[in-house]
Amino acid sequence: MQKENKKNILKVEDLVVAFSMYGKGFRKGKLEVIHSLSIDVNEGEIVAVVGSSGSGKSLLAHAVLNLLPKNARTSGTITYKGEPLDEKACRKHLGHEISFIPQSVDYLDPLMKVDKQVIGVYGTKEKQKEMFCRYQLPEETGSKYPFQLSGGMARRVLISAAVMENPELIIADELTPGLNVEMAMETLKHFRELADQGTAVLMITHDIDLAFHVADRIAVFYAGTILEVAPTADFIAGKDALRHPYSKAFIDALPQNEFTPLPGTQPYAGNLPEGCLFADRCPNRTEECSGEIPKQIVRGGEVRCIHAT
Amino acid sequence: MINKKNLLFEFLRMVFLLAAVSIIAFLLITKAPIDPLTAYVGTESTLSQEAKDEIAEYWGLNDPLPERFMTWLNHALHGDLGTSITYKKPVSQVIMERFSYSFGLMAAAWVLSGILGFILGILCGLYQGSILDRGGKLFCLAVKSAPAFWLGLLILMFFSVYLGWFPIGMAVPMGKLASEVTLWDRIHHMILPALTLTVVSMSEVVLYTRQKLVEIMNSDFILYARIRGENQFQLVIRHVLRNIALPAVTLQFASFSELFGGMALAENVFAYPGIGTATTAAAMNADVPLLLGISVFSALFVFAGNLIANLLYGVFDPRIREGR
Repeated sequence: MQKENKKNILKVEDLVVAFSMYGKGFRKGKLEVIHSLSIDVNEGEIVAVVGSSGSGKSLLAHAVLNLLPKNARTSGTITYKGEPLDEKACRKHLGHEISFIPQSVDYLDPLMKVDKQVIGVYGTKEKQKEMFCRYQLPEETGSKYPFQLSGGMARRVLISAAVMENPELIIADELTPGLNVEMAMETLKHFRELADQGTAVLMITHDIDLAFHVADRIAVFYAGTILEVAPTADFIAGKDALRHPYSKAFIDALPQNEFTPLPGTQPYAGNLPEGCLFADRCPNRTEECSGEIPKQIVRGGEVRCIHAT
Repeated sequence: MINKKNLLFEFLRMVFLLAAVSIIAFLLITKAPIDPLTAYVGTESTLSQEAKDEIAEYWGLNDPLPERFMTWLNHALHGDLGTSITYKKPVSQVIMERFSYSFGLMAAAWVLSGILGFILGILCGLYQGSILDRGGKLFCLAVKSAPAFWLGLLILMFFSVYLGWFPIGMAVPMGKLASEVTLWDRIHHMILPALTLTVVSMSEVVLYTRQKLVEIMNSDFILYARIRGENQFQLVIRHVLRNIALPAVTLQFASFSELFGGMALAENVFAYPGIGTATTAAAMNADVPLLLGISVFSALFVFAGNLIANLLYGVFDPRIREGR
């Protein structure tokens, strides 16, 4: 499953995102929402970032695309095909080689007809018709306004827009909500095809079953960082094949497995423990867990836990 | 689009509004320390008290209020708004004559303030926090807080007295025969009052457009358009303009009331013979029929603006047009 010889497309290393904001009174504080996050996506690979709601998954996408609001401070490196993905590189690649699938229909201009938006500034009418055909959108969908689309149609419109330019990297923020099972499967199949033709896909989702179906690797996102990245096969094999205690608990909590929930909730970004973010819920916790937790490779998967085996 | 039910509803609203305005204006005027009889015959009239009483009885001044109102209403509905004491002409004729002057003035100021305000608002919003933005905002807030007649006086002093570029007042040159007055004469006299009125009514559009632009630039769909590779210019042309233009145009129509008020003040400063100076003259001379006529007319004017604003929303916004 690992494709070591494949070209690296997107590499994020030690990404930190913090917002400066006003706390109580007029004290200006810093709220760190993403901490030492590392992830990479290779050519022809689908990597799913899986995490619960409110853990900051969408921010990861915005950080990669250089779209954070002005009060955000970032550190760490983000590279696209080995080149730093800075503002200039984003301007060059966004809309051509890099495309994005947003969460909801709110990302479409409410006063512009759908076809014009799908075509955007680079596309053509022919290509748009072809894409609508491919995603079974009726011809007249193009002349509708976003508020007239159903959830499933909107999703297919957004996907058509994303694949208009044959991108090399697609970042998808929730791919299938609002789609019926057949359509969701169809979409996933299509993404698998795209990946097999060489497109790199970073899929952000809260739906682990979806990730099982289509992803090559799965990254476990927790409280603003990635605790473990491992081949999908390990996740399907069950908790013993995984490395991080949170990933194990996560798999255990699934209905098809033990169905046992993990007590506690993930920590709030303004009130994080020192060292390992999972420490206060972890069964294997020791003294050293409050120190720095380096990333290590264990049995072919990346993990941030000093006790990982 | 514009369905019959809406139109009927708007018509009913207009009838209620006009009824309310005329009743309130009528009450205010009858309760004011104005005696229509004295106003008509003059304070130094040699008429005997008997003759005065006879006139009062003939005019129905001694009738109860509702009856007096009904008499006025009955005549008004038949197109007779009475005769203006100040101008010795039928009220409707005075209003039409005066309004033709004011109309040009208001139209010029309305179009100019709309276009300039929209452009300035967009620039301020796009370069939020820049010197242009700060300056523009300061200017708008200052102008909005300053009384219109004071601004008019400043403009008059600077352009007419100090620079001598424009005439000090009136709509046509003094002492010129009506047949010799050229179009340029009229325009030349209109520039300063129109400028004053433009400045006065511009700030609202600027501030509104600026605020709306900042809001839209931070919205998700602009973020998405950016990801799709649109640059700043394309964002403005493709998305921002269409999302701002509609509310701005609507606002401009809905601001007819401020336009009318500003016009009245500007006209007085520049002695411009429009409906604004007629209003002041009517008030100063206790010209009851003219005051009532102008109140009703201005209500109708403002109502028309609001009606157009409402209808425009239905015509241009697809969410309202095709929503249900």
